[in-house]
Amino acid sequence: MSNPISYAFKKAKSEKRPALLTYTVAGDSSKKQSLEILKSISEEVDILEIGVPHNTPVADGSQIQTSSYRAIKNGIKVNDIFKIVKDFKRFHKNKPVILMGYYNMIFQYGENEFLKKCKISGVNGLIVVDLPWPENKKFANRCKRKSIFFIQLLSPTTTKKRLKKIIKDSHEMIYFISMLSTTGGKLKVSSKEILSNYNKIKKIDSLKNVVIGFGITEKTIKSLKKADGLVVGSAICKEISNSIEKRQNPVTNVYNVVRRLKNKIK
Amino acid sequence: MKLKKGIPVIDQGDKLGFWGGKFGGNFVPETLKKPIEDLEILFNKLKKDKKFISERDKYFKNWVGSPTRFIKLKNLTNHIGGAQIWSKVVSDANGGAHKIYNATVHCLLAKRSGKKIICGDTGAGYAGKMLSMAAKKFGLKCKIFMGVKDIQRQQPNVKAMKKNGAEVIPVYSGSQTLVDAVSECMRYWVANCDKVAMCVGSTVGPAVFVRICGWSTSQISRELKKQLIDEFGSVPKKLKLYNCVGGGSSSFGFWNEFMDYNKKQCEFIGVEAGGPAKSKKHAAPLTYGSKIGILHGAAQYVNQNTDGQIEETESISAGLDYPGISPLHCFLKDTKRARYTAASDEEALNAYKLVTKFEKLRPSLEPSHAFSVAIAESKKLSKDTIVVVNSCGDAYKDRGILKRRLGKKYV
Repeated sequence: MSNPISYAFKKAKSEKRPALLTYTVAGDSSKKQSLEILKSISEEVDILEIGVPHNTPVADGSQIQTSSYRAIKNGIKVNDIFKIVKDFKRFHKNKPVILMGYYNMIFQYGENEFLKKCKISGVNGLIVVDLPWPENKKFANRCKRKSIFFIQLLSPTTTKKRLKKIIKDSHEMIYFISMLSTTGGKLKVSSKEILSNYNKIKKIDSLKNVVIGFGITEKTIKSLKKADGLVVGSAICKEISNSIEKRQNPVTNVYNVVRRLKNKIK
Repeated sequence: MKLKKGIPVIDQGDKLGFWGGKFGGNFVPETLKKPIEDLEILFNKLKKDKKFISERDKYFKNWVGSPTRFIKLKNLTNHIGGAQIWSKVVSDANGGAHKIYNATVHCLLAKRSGKKIICGDTGAGYAGKMLSMAAKKFGLKCKIFMGVKDIQRQQPNVKAMKKNGAEVIPVYSGSQTLVDAVSECMRYWVANCDKVAMCVGSTVGPAVFVRICGWSTSQISRELKKQLIDEFGSVPKKLKLYNCVGGGSSSFGFWNEFMDYNKKQCEFIGVEAGGPAKSKKHAAPLTYGSKIGILHGAAQYVNQNTDGQIEETESISAGLDYPGISPLHCFLKDTKRARYTAASDEEALNAYKLVTKFEKLRPSLEPSHAFSVAIAESKKLSKDTIVVVNSCGDAYKDRGILKRRLGKKYV
């Protein structure tokens, strides 16, 4: 059986648009509400990235930090995250789900145990921010044996030699970090430059699905629509924070943001 | 797991940067792989370069002020009535603490790499103060990340940083102490690593930073070894080296030259911050058996919950208030080369009172932790035992806390 992530890219391609990926933090602002958000946006989104909140996130900017701290404060545990995924999958079986987080959470859970739980709850892919190549080789292979995609990250600082090696070891999806930044930074390079870097990756292996993330908002998404997929994270986390502040319903507000994002790349 | 003889400990890591196969490494975002690799290549080259070493030594001698004093604490020794208590007064160094060694080397490296800005983290404010001094000396722009809680409790050092022209960036996230300052500094580096050099303030962080810091602070034990031989004719038969351990930079530097000696001749005792006597929180992962986890790019023993969230620490001393510990010390603990224990806030304060009562020495709250254990153990030791405590910081920065906790006469 092929991974639903591959199918999501195929479907987007057939509709001549990039796949839309969203990132929300599990348990933000509560377990129940984060599940509701996932359910409501899943109609518009091709692949759902769910953040495993960590309290020393060295690659995240203030928006995702705020969401993470809020979720942790509200008591989210790793097991709750698996339950959220499982509940979501009961509602929407074929929508691909990727967990994204930091290695210590997996390390403490135990790599094998973590992957077992991923499999049971229906996780299709993993992004581990601070487990770069080649350190991730062993774990990536473990993922592969469980038919879970381990998604390699590439950055503008990745050398060409390294690029080739990582792409060779990567599974079907690759995540390209658009610029030197933590998550949620303002797009400080032109979309032309980002796409030129993106094309370098595609040239090495055109069959891999490459998504672009970091700095993507309603304003910038359209300029990058040539990519296989685009990830929006901080803009959504920010919307949740704003909604809470204004005492509005985050579920509807996030849905509206996602729908507008989708319309821009249709 | 085994410590090798004849090879510097900083060079005993494997290809991926792990000591003993499991401590350290490079758990970093992809973006930092390249700048870290560049720094590794530069450092590995320069640490073998005679010209670079003589440049370092020149600055250590003329600017940092080397050697720092090695003195006998006669009155304290007489009062305790056990081992001979000595101190290596590292707080003599320019700026008042050992952090100057690492800061100087990082600025020299930044210059060589052509970077014009350097960023760093700080807890007690010493790492930041020294980096601001060195940056000024070498003509680099300087940004210091510091937790808001630490900014409040270490004002003298904050003022010094600003006076040196550094930009002090307050960190509001998490516990607002050192752990968050290091995270925020790493984030800044992720976003600006093409133009900015980073200095990690202790023997923590990705492997290369652990190595650079350990290499730099080892100046302390190079001096001490010479001073011991000058004083006693040879390295004493019974030598005990006490040092506080937060991230672990001063202790590692204080011990490095003595690594190959038998531990019966030359014992290392690391003193962690036990926190307030009545609190369950502490900053002593080695003493209280914390599990291995990943913090700031390295695998180490670290205070954390079962899920892997890093736990908040508590200590009167900002410089020791860190939930993790250098991979080097994890390695020294598991190979049993060093012994680790903890002192509480109250014990450190009592030691400060005792030392300042008998001696013209004002150790900051960090080394006061080491003095506490050294004094307690010295009572039971023979008179031919040489106890040396690294007085690695000066109490000037702590005067607000000392005034509040002990009263005016101790300031």
